[in-house]
Amino acid sequence: MGAVIEPQSSGTPDEAVIVASNLWKSFGSTVALAGFSLEVRRGEIQVIMGPSGCGKSVLLKHLVGLVKPDRGEVLVFGQPVHAMSDHELDALRIRIGVVFQSAALFDSLTVAQNVAFPLRRHRTLSKEEIAHRVRELLLLVEMAGTEDLMPAALSGGMRKRVGIARALALDPPLILYDEPTSGLDPLTAHTVDDLVLRLRAELGVSSVVVTHSLDSAFRLADHLAVMDSGRLTTSGTPEEILASTNPFVRRFLDTRAIEVRPK
Amino acid sequence: MREDPSDARGSRSPIAALGSTVLRGLSELGQATLMLAAALRWMLRGRLEIRETLVQLNRIGVESIPVVLITGAFAGMVLAFQTARQLADFGGQGFVGGLVGLSIAREAAPVFTAITAAGRVGAGMAAEIGTMAVTEQVDALRVLATDPVRYLVVPRLIAAALALPILTAFANVVGGTGGYVVATAAGISGGAFLSSLQRFLWPYDLVVGLIKAVFFGLIIASVGCYRGLHATGGADGVGRATTGAVVVAIVLILIFNYFLDLIFF
Repeated sequence: MGAVIEPQSSGTPDEAVIVASNLWKSFGSTVALAGFSLEVRRGEIQVIMGPSGCGKSVLLKHLVGLVKPDRGEVLVFGQPVHAMSDHELDALRIRIGVVFQSAALFDSLTVAQNVAFPLRRHRTLSKEEIAHRVRELLLLVEMAGTEDLMPAALSGGMRKRVGIARALALDPPLILYDEPTSGLDPLTAHTVDDLVLRLRAELGVSSVVVTHSLDSAFRLADHLAVMDSGRLTTSGTPEEILASTNPFVRRFLDTRAIEVRPK
Repeated sequence: MREDPSDARGSRSPIAALGSTVLRGLSELGQATLMLAAALRWMLRGRLEIRETLVQLNRIGVESIPVVLITGAFAGMVLAFQTARQLADFGGQGFVGGLVGLSIAREAAPVFTAITAAGRVGAGMAAEIGTMAVTEQVDALRVLATDPVRYLVVPRLIAAALALPILTAFANVVGGTGGYVVATAAGISGGAFLSSLQRFLWPYDLVVGLIKAVFFGLIIASVGCYRGLHATGGADGVGRATTGAVVVAIVLILIFNYFLDLIFF
């Protein structure tokens, strides 16, 4: 199929939550992004797939301004992330939830304090209101009752779910997931996938999910992008990707299929 | 000057290696200055993290008291031991108290306290913040619209700047007491020790010692925080940040100590 889409930055900001155009980024002599472009529409789940080291995580960091591109631009909610001051970025970041690959819970704080962290800093709520909201969020990710545990006492899957609860605390209209199901057992991975789907269905949250799990990718995606060496190889609906004749995409899909089949 | 195993490009000519070391040093100095400038902006705006600052004050100050008492006491004791022996040979018993007191207040208490704190507290900061940096927790702070300089660095700077002079005051007291005990045991009369102390040791000496301690606290916290925030590469990187923080802090403490002495005395 000829569905190699190169999104243009001319996409209307009304429709597009994220417009990344022609992003370039190198770290020393390593090129992480080489002219990457992508558009994510409101209420959609955009999955980005690709082998390790293809630049997926670096791309996510560009979307929240943790890393600035050498060239190119990133618009999130129509705002130029690549050119914003720290102060402006903070205002934008409150509207973006980020789920880190390692969950990145603060290990000096309890589960409840972690989830409450964004609420304490960016909302003026009473103690009871915060506790109530924390309970609600933990219930949502099926982690109720773990309030007083320290992150070190949790398994990887539990930590990830607490990380999701923390990312959801401020009701962000956009959530970025960095490998949300990597390192999880298939059952927990399923739960996390369901949660991503539910948030879209119930709250209309837009999501970008970076993953190398084909399973998750095809369950979640409204749109799929396949990345290789810092470039967008192919993008389209899951059906279009499955039908893709691009040799890299085929190879990527095939290797995974072999890994999955024996189960 | 600093050893950085990550920089294994040592196969080039020594001049190139020297050049790259100098450049890296300058760039680190620049970044550290930017970090301190950002910290200063938060302080001037009065946007302080009271809770975090109290936690750090407890960790840097209260928890350091036992070790500072021990190092302070022994520093005073060894000073008195040597001074009493040397001066007794020249019939200078009347100077022992003053010399010991001055040495403790001006140099021994602030410097030994700072070096002890660099090992205990500076290393701890680099390790804690370094671990946060390599496990994406610092990124998580940023993404949660919380500037790591405001949340992590400023409380530690303030706590260290407050705690070090207080710890130094403790070291003055135990150092002086230890000195008194050792000097009297070495045959100096208690009265002679105290009157000599009174004659030579002025409040100004004590105050300058405490002011120096404020600077040392700022050095320890800035180096620890900077090294931590810039740690990369997993546990190994955290280890390097930690040792680096201690070595750099101690070197800077001794250099600053000299120049502060030039200014104040």
